[in-house]
Amino acid sequence: MKIYVPMDSAATALGADEVAKALAREIAARGLDAQIIRNGTRGMIWLEPLVEIDRGDGRMGYGPVTPADVPAILDGSAQSLGPVEEIPFFANQTRLTFARCGVIDPLDLDDYAAHGGLAGLTRAIAMSSAEIVQEVADSGLRGRGGAGFPTGIKWKTVAEADADQKYIVCNADEGDSGTFADRMIMEGDPFTLIEGMAIAGLGVGATRGYVYLRSEYPDAIRVMRAAVKIARQRGVLGADVLGSGRAFDMEIRQGAGAYVCGEETSLLNSLEGKRGVVRAKPPLPALEGFLGRPTVVNNVISLATVPVIFEKGAQHYADFGLGRSRGTVTLQIAGNVKHGGLYETAFGLTLGEVVNGIGGGTATGRPVKAVQVGGPLGAYMPVSKFDTPVGYEEFDKNGGLIGHAGLVVFDDSADMLQMARFAMEFCAVESCGKCTPCRIGAVRGVETIDRIAAGDPGAADLLTDLCETMKDGSLCALGGFTPFPVMSALTQFPDDFVCQKEAAE
Amino acid sequence: MLDRAQAPSTEEIREVVTPLAGLEGPLLPMLHALQDTYGLIPEGAVPVLADLLNLGRAEVHGVISFYHDFRDHPTGRHVLKICRAEACQSMGGNALAAATLKKLGVDWHGTTADGAVTVEPIYCLGLCACAPAAMLDGRVVGRLDEDRMGKLLAEVRA
Repeated sequence: MKIYVPMDSAATALGADEVAKALAREIAARGLDAQIIRNGTRGMIWLEPLVEIDRGDGRMGYGPVTPADVPAILDGSAQSLGPVEEIPFFANQTRLTFARCGVIDPLDLDDYAAHGGLAGLTRAIAMSSAEIVQEVADSGLRGRGGAGFPTGIKWKTVAEADADQKYIVCNADEGDSGTFADRMIMEGDPFTLIEGMAIAGLGVGATRGYVYLRSEYPDAIRVMRAAVKIARQRGVLGADVLGSGRAFDMEIRQGAGAYVCGEETSLLNSLEGKRGVVRAKPPLPALEGFLGRPTVVNNVISLATVPVIFEKGAQHYADFGLGRSRGTVTLQIAGNVKHGGLYETAFGLTLGEVVNGIGGGTATGRPVKAVQVGGPLGAYMPVSKFDTPVGYEEFDKNGGLIGHAGLVVFDDSADMLQMARFAMEFCAVESCGKCTPCRIGAVRGVETIDRIAAGDPGAADLLTDLCETMKDGSLCALGGFTPFPVMSALTQFPDDFVCQKEAAE
Repeated sequence: MLDRAQAPSTEEIREVVTPLAGLEGPLLPMLHALQDTYGLIPEGAVPVLADLLNLGRAEVHGVISFYHDFRDHPTGRHVLKICRAEACQSMGGNALAAATLKKLGVDWHGTTADGAVTVEPIYCLGLCACAPAAMLDGRVVGRLDEDRMGKLLAEVRA
């Protein structure tokens, strides 16, 4: 009998370690022949801790499990969720990037290979650098970190740059609220990121890579470091990648709690040991990146998707999607939602289908008021925009952005003026200080919203003006995109901004 | 960590950071190593790092002060980081944080009078589908309410 208990931090945050301990005790007490495997999460967070038991007839799910449920589960008398992969939330997904997450033991390289792992890297080794870059371009993969820049073009720029040393830098500074896909894959299937980075290295001629991983993710850091060590021991990384005669090695670097370091140029400064201040572009990091060398900077999900593109072929990946948004999007459904978790699917579902259909509406049972899509710099989408399809261009047309595809659902108790104020406050706390509109504008933004709240009739126009200045005058997305949540709150939820004086009249 | 606040010597600091000197971009790993060892960045570290990395003292100080993680003062025996980001707010995180701070009689970044716990704000632990969330000394906790938070606090004050 095999028993799976996730070690993903969302599961452990809900008591998975205690459940695993209780299982181990009970198994020993009963003298059962059972093995406990700590897998990643399947992404159905509302069912965590989700225990799966394989008695030889498939993996049956139980959840959410508490230590008190353990005896009944082992007796076979507990109510089961049935075969885990037949739960509709899971069954209806198209799992490409996350195919192995929650299925395998994250640190078992043989298990990884048995589930299609390393097939992509093996295929890439037989290809030329130009062919590797072309394959990524043909897949239509776009940067999953938020900007949606075509990955193939970025790789081509680095591949064609002439330098004695090039780098692959993975942006694992997943600081946006509502996003956890990076954390989930690093904790649940770390080898896929390593394999993706190795393929990138072969493609552009880089022999060294770094994962810049935020310090708020201690579990992911631990798993990634262990995985890199194993990959090195087993010849996936090192001087002779899988016997190809070509070198690629990598290191995990810990961030230090600065949100702005998720912006690629401040990330590079931070990695170099400097203040995480934004750099002006050009020069592009692709030409002058880490230590001034040509550098691919890609998000975790972008790089973790590369192996499946090489395993199944660019066309297989490109066949999914909508318009210029090819492949799958890893939706992270979060906040006040009944069925929260990670849902990988082809681009094209509408926002309403995601929130109400897949997410099941709010956790509190109250009506949905707003959904913030794309993190703290993303717009608050009202219910009236629920027919917007999930696609880069489609969201752009509706005044929003997909970003890293995190969705935070709010019920009708949310005060949108307070949410707008928080966006400005967050920008003020996290601004790197380089651009005046961001550094000072965010502070003035908090004050201006307080003036609206206090009943100043002219303050709303001033806020609009300030947001335009921040948008046009900031180098990076922190100052440039903070106006998205602020202005969307102001324009879509005007009732929350009705000043006290007016309300009193 | 208050009890090991005695300032380390220059030699001790060198011993912690020198093994990392061969890294590309070694300053952040060095600062993390120092904080892991001493619970803070010792004052005496600035000249040592400046000397070792051929940087100005002001530059080193600038890096230390830029990042939220690095501190120049000790914390309580435990550190409780409560998430303040949007997903946690959507599940009542603000009220829970306010109640917790009130119960402990501290503000953000404050340490309780008995030195048991320091409360820090954190912006997202990636536990957005099981909000509100917090982290106690590196251990994550999700789906918090006043009752579960009370149990955590009892643990640290015991």
